[in-house]
Amino acid sequence: MTAPAPAAAPAKGAAMARSSAPRSRLLSAVLVLIFAGLALAPFVFPGSQSLNVAAKICYFIVLAASFDLLLGYTGIVSFAHTMFFGIGGYGAAISLYALAPDWTSLAIGTLAALVVSVLLALLIGLFSLRVRAIFFAMITLAVASAFAILASQLGWLTGGEDGRTFRVPELLRPGTRLMDGTLFGVQINGRLAAYYLVYASMVLLFVTMLRVVNSPFGSVLQAIRENDFRAEAIGYRTVVYRVVINCIAAAMATLAGVLCAVWLRYTGPGTTLSFDIMLDILLIVVIGGMGTLYGAVIGATLFLLAESYLQSLMGAFSAATAGLPVLPQLFHPDRWLLWLGVLFILSVYFFPSGIVGRLRGR
Amino acid sequence: MPEAASGSAAAAGAICAPLLALAGVHTHIGPYHILHGVDLAVPRGGLTVLLGRNGAGKTTALRTIMGLWRASAGRIDFDGRPIAALPTSDIARAGIAYVPETMGIFSDLTVRENLVLAARQGAMDADRLRWLFGLFPAIERFWQLPAGTLSGGQKQMLSIARAIIEPRQLILVDEPTKGLAPAIIANMVAAFRELKATDTTILLVEQNFLVARALGDNVAVMEDGRIVHAGAMAELAEDRSLQQRLLGLSLDMHQ
Amino acid sequence: MNVAKANEPAPAALPARKVDWAPLVLVPLLALAALPLVGSTATWTTLTIAALAMGMMIFIMASGLTLVFGLMDVLNFGHGAFITVGAYAGLIAAVPLAGWLASDQLAVNAVALIAIILVAMAVTGLVGYAFERLIVMPVYGQHLKQILVTMGGLIVIQQLVIVLWGPVQIPLAVPQALRGAFFFGDVAIEKYRLTAVVLGLMIFVAMQLVLTRTKLGLLIRAGVENREMVEALGYRIRRLFVGVFVTGSMLAGLGGVMWGFYRETLTPGMGLEVMVMIFIVVIIGGLGSVGGCFIGALLVALTANYMSFLAPKLALGSNIILMVAILLWRAQGLFPVAKRA
Repeated sequence: MTAPAPAAAPAKGAAMARSSAPRSRLLSAVLVLIFAGLALAPFVFPGSQSLNVAAKICYFIVLAASFDLLLGYTGIVSFAHTMFFGIGGYGAAISLYALAPDWTSLAIGTLAALVVSVLLALLIGLFSLRVRAIFFAMITLAVASAFAILASQLGWLTGGEDGRTFRVPELLRPGTRLMDGTLFGVQINGRLAAYYLVYASMVLLFVTMLRVVNSPFGSVLQAIRENDFRAEAIGYRTVVYRVVINCIAAAMATLAGVLCAVWLRYTGPGTTLSFDIMLDILLIVVIGGMGTLYGAVIGATLFLLAESYLQSLMGAFSAATAGLPVLPQLFHPDRWLLWLGVLFILSVYFFPSGIVGRLRGR
Repeated sequence: MPEAASGSAAAAGAICAPLLALAGVHTHIGPYHILHGVDLAVPRGGLTVLLGRNGAGKTTALRTIMGLWRASAGRIDFDGRPIAALPTSDIARAGIAYVPETMGIFSDLTVRENLVLAARQGAMDADRLRWLFGLFPAIERFWQLPAGTLSGGQKQMLSIARAIIEPRQLILVDEPTKGLAPAIIANMVAAFRELKATDTTILLVEQNFLVARALGDNVAVMEDGRIVHAGAMAELAEDRSLQQRLLGLSLDMHQ
Repeated sequence: MNVAKANEPAPAALPARKVDWAPLVLVPLLALAALPLVGSTATWTTLTIAALAMGMMIFIMASGLTLVFGLMDVLNFGHGAFITVGAYAGLIAAVPLAGWLASDQLAVNAVALIAIILVAMAVTGLVGYAFERLIVMPVYGQHLKQILVTMGGLIVIQQLVIVLWGPVQIPLAVPQALRGAFFFGDVAIEKYRLTAVVLGLMIFVAMQLVLTRTKLGLLIRAGVENREMVEALGYRIRRLFVGVFVTGSMLAGLGGVMWGFYRETLTPGMGLEVMVMIFIVVIIGGLGSVGGCFIGALLVALTANYMSFLAPKLALGSNIILMVAILLWRAQGLFPVAKRA
């Protein structure tokens, strides 16, 4: 029996205080700013580059928040989250590519992906959550890497390493003009429609997840995380709850994958299945604040903004130190994972409640 | 005051002072507050029985003494030295052996290997080993077998043997008779009697009042994380109304 | 161990110690079952030897992980980084000794190889020690943080390897004397693979001897089962754990060097790539069991090698199927470690 760590006490307090509302004026302001900023992004930050970043933030919010359902609300670490993200991406891609670029095939692809994901999540959950929670991390890592290899080898279906480029339903194509002229200097085309589809879906899915965690079901999940043994004693079948949340999280990640595919009009191993994305999600959730969902919003926004900004900064520094030993390599833009890794470790140690925790003054 | 006098007073105090003393010990396990200020003195030599209902905090008290759970407040002194802050291994090395309720035997290791680990000095003393074999013949019989293959009673004996393979000042034993057949309990009682003769101090948690009465010199009764009675065993054994009050009706059934 | 035998009772008529044979039989069973599928005996032999070599390397890399987990419930995702570090640290010696490695004389080759291995193990031992202090120790007993932080450590180390040695793959040639193969009729057995098998077996035997014949080994096995009781008997389990952690890291480093020679190239991601296989091995072996880890490594390697011949696209998936099958048979792994906690 492990001696109960003294650190358990403050963690518990934090959990008790956690609830649906942002409960901090500063946090509310930041959230409003992000959601409004994303809503107005095409007009406030015109240009395809910034629109790409805004869309990526949107589907990463869904992806990271769904990961937080597992990590923050039930304390289980899954490394298979990108797999579900990928299943969504490939579901939409294969269907739109092989059938027809219309809404029906998008719906078919999405549904098929959801079914596959939920079944897989159910299987993995039943299989590994039953034995020991720590199995789950290892088994999901194994399954996810097998899936990534499978996806790159089934070239006839997935396009292999190259991935699949496909056409989206007509309304969402860049060439589609929805309105003559411009609105506030922005062309009202299919690209804009696609963005708002992604944005609206994000809001819808995020609110759904908020509902899940604030339902009685969500409270049971938190009870399980705080005290596995006690929750079992009270009579909740912890395994059932964990398996169910695992399936919900998988479904959400799948939908995020569909959004990603629709936005990029492309699905490949690099954009969905790669381990780097798994690390991105981990970083976003941990740095944003585990077990809050809002942390995913703030984390995703900051992370993706920093991704381009920080990398160029590092590039400049690297160039400035050229000639010195090691330093240029340390700050090479490709090494930004190194610094994220350091940041990640430090935030797990020193800011376990993440940015949201800080904003709430804890 | 002359120094010599104070020195001898301190020495006299050390002789009379209990071997183990708990003062106002509180223990929390996660969110639960289990010990609410335990005051307990275990005199040198003899056997002290710790009685109490299930959940009274007896096991927690032993685990807290061993440092397996940390006291959140209070003092624990062993042989005049504070031990509450020491790591478990140092508490063991100070001279306290522990026989947990779960016996804690290493089932993958043989009986012999279990004892080898318990004998910290290295070699097991031949005379002591012979004495142990006399106390618990099963240990000799199953010497080279994995401890996991022993029966419950044999495991219990191995666990006790591990605690006494080398002389220790204090032995904490948690419900050694739990779930054992009467014949084996008799064997166990005989072994404890023999052990008492070796000058070892024993703190025994026991639910079986017959065993407690047969072995105990002193007794302490726990309830809700506190000691509610402490005194000589003989006193409690005579006083049926005190038994009734402290231990409840269930123990009145003993023949 | 200095227990005077004279004191001990003569082993009377004892019931025989029961050995759990079923998992041990699995290995030859699996190999034989593959024979008709592969068809040619020569190919089968080559595949089997290759698998045994791979299995030994995986075992060496995984053994530390399983003990670290068993002893302290620490699941170290950073273990894969030690493999990479070991392989690259070997370069520190391999580059200046390139001439010796290419020499025709076996003795010179051997000296170079031993130097490489020693350097690799020393460096990974140090890295392992630092990792334990900086990354693992602050989050004892907190599983969630442990997984996250060791994962972070894995990223940082992997990136540092790139900083120091660059992102491109580096070739690493097998010592001259170990190149080529022995031929028995039409069966070719590569010398390096044979060496790996022998080295792996030696380490396994040494490890078993330490674990069963020394007090230190008994303490480790006892600690895996019940660390509280080891403490209550007066031993500092933390020290034991640090020792095991560092040794496990050194073994991972050794495995990394062997793995590097086997692949003949080094890549910064090589540790992470085998990590998945190592996890599978550790899980099916029964977390904490060295024997189970050994059998598991052989099973995984055999499966991977036969499958890569029979159905290359399913090689990695086949290991997961193997894991599922074994866990359905024994939910706690092949040799479950009795655990009270």
